[in-house]
Amino acid sequence: MASTHALASGMGGMRTAGDLVARMQMSRGMRLPQAKQYVADKLGCSVADLGDTVAMHDLRRDFGLGRIQVQDLTYADHPGAMAAKFRIADVLDLPINSVERFKAHAGLV
Amino acid sequence: MARRIPTRLGDGSLAALTAAEVETDLLAGCEAAVKRAKVEPLTDDDLAHLLDIFTSPAKFSAVDYGDEVVLSFDGSGNADLNAPILEQLVYQNHHGADMIELWHHDYSYKAVRTVLSFETQTLKEAQLQTVVPLNYGAMPDLGRYSVPDGPAPNWAELLPLGRYDEARAAQLEAAEHLEKDMWYVIEAMVAAGADGIDFDTAGAAGDADLLATLRTARRLRDTYPHIGVEIGQASELVLGMHGQLEYEGTRLAGQWPLGQLKVCEAAGATIFGPAVNVNTTQSLPWNTARACALIKPVTAAAAIPVHANAGMGVGGVPMTPYPPADAVSRASRALVDICRVDGL
Repeated sequence: MASTHALASGMGGMRTAGDLVARMQMSRGMRLPQAKQYVADKLGCSVADLGDTVAMHDLRRDFGLGRIQVQDLTYADHPGAMAAKFRIADVLDLPINSVERFKAHAGLV
Repeated sequence: MARRIPTRLGDGSLAALTAAEVETDLLAGCEAAVKRAKVEPLTDDDLAHLLDIFTSPAKFSAVDYGDEVVLSFDGSGNADLNAPILEQLVYQNHHGADMIELWHHDYSYKAVRTVLSFETQTLKEAQLQTVVPLNYGAMPDLGRYSVPDGPAPNWAELLPLGRYDEARAAQLEAAEHLEKDMWYVIEAMVAAGADGIDFDTAGAAGDADLLATLRTARRLRDTYPHIGVEIGQASELVLGMHGQLEYEGTRLAGQWPLGQLKVCEAAGATIFGPAVNVNTTQSLPWNTARACALIKPVTAAAAIPVHANAGMGVGGVPMTPYPPADAVSRASRALVDICRVDGL
């Protein structure tokens, strides 16, 4: 059922910008068109690019927003999960709770 | 002889209808929503589009390019692997989840409280391995606070005896316990790094269940303004087990999805999840048309994102453990195309 919804109507999560749009919805209560436009503006891309895995693969690399490892591509020299969330918080201009907690625990603030 | 098109009943079993029968069921499902909830009927264009979706012989149906929505995936994993953190990664990496949710098998804030240190540690570790937003979710589940499972008198036993005042007092006593437990869990989950809190199946035990949820949601939003607040409903109609409870002047009993949205917005929710139950003996065209008619007014009026519940037994998805892709994809597409939901 999960995969069916993802293929039928989902944005695509980390393969695209679905997680970034989701953050604007859940944290700021933005409706979908507003959230998509906000993320597109921050990334300097079109709204159509947000759901395009090819376009977002490159954009996520450029901004360090985290990518899913596939087959031979593990991106070992790219930001890992927490590091990517640091970048996402910065790009979206949005406090992310786990990032703020990590900073506090690591003595970064 | 008219061609028969494969579709499903609400229990997931295969059925074969003619195009005329599909159309009849679409109209009847819509009419059922109009009659009970006093909503506007779907437009002719809406019904024509649903007819196209349900008369296609294709095994799969999907939204148009660019119309994709956010999938919040309450209860990610559902013990597929019995490895809570790994399941979050599977949903993130393989199921295309836009949001994920950590949860406990005993999906109730009261139960979570008893294993809270383990759950917070799991969430903290999950946050080190995942990128997409991670909620913590559970049911408010007010019924657990009544005898024999909890301290309050059992209102379900008192009501048939006509002891209404005692039944109402018992629900208020239970709601106090529930609010304390939910807040205890929320504070710990925020400290552990949760991105948001999901109140799942709010109102399952009626209006007192929903009231406790709304009060706690308001407290959460006021205390932690950057934490997500998702309220998913238990059903399409709030049961009046108490009958007199209000939130900011709105009586909770008898609220349909649009009324539920309004009180959730007032309580500070950032995502609202309407739930429309499936009738297992009616066809999917009937169920989907009914769900669309009940949810469309919600998205038209909403100031916050609406993520329609579309799991097994709600939102036009059949009530079966493995909902067929032909059925799920049609319900998924219909909710997006007709209702313009912000997510599922």
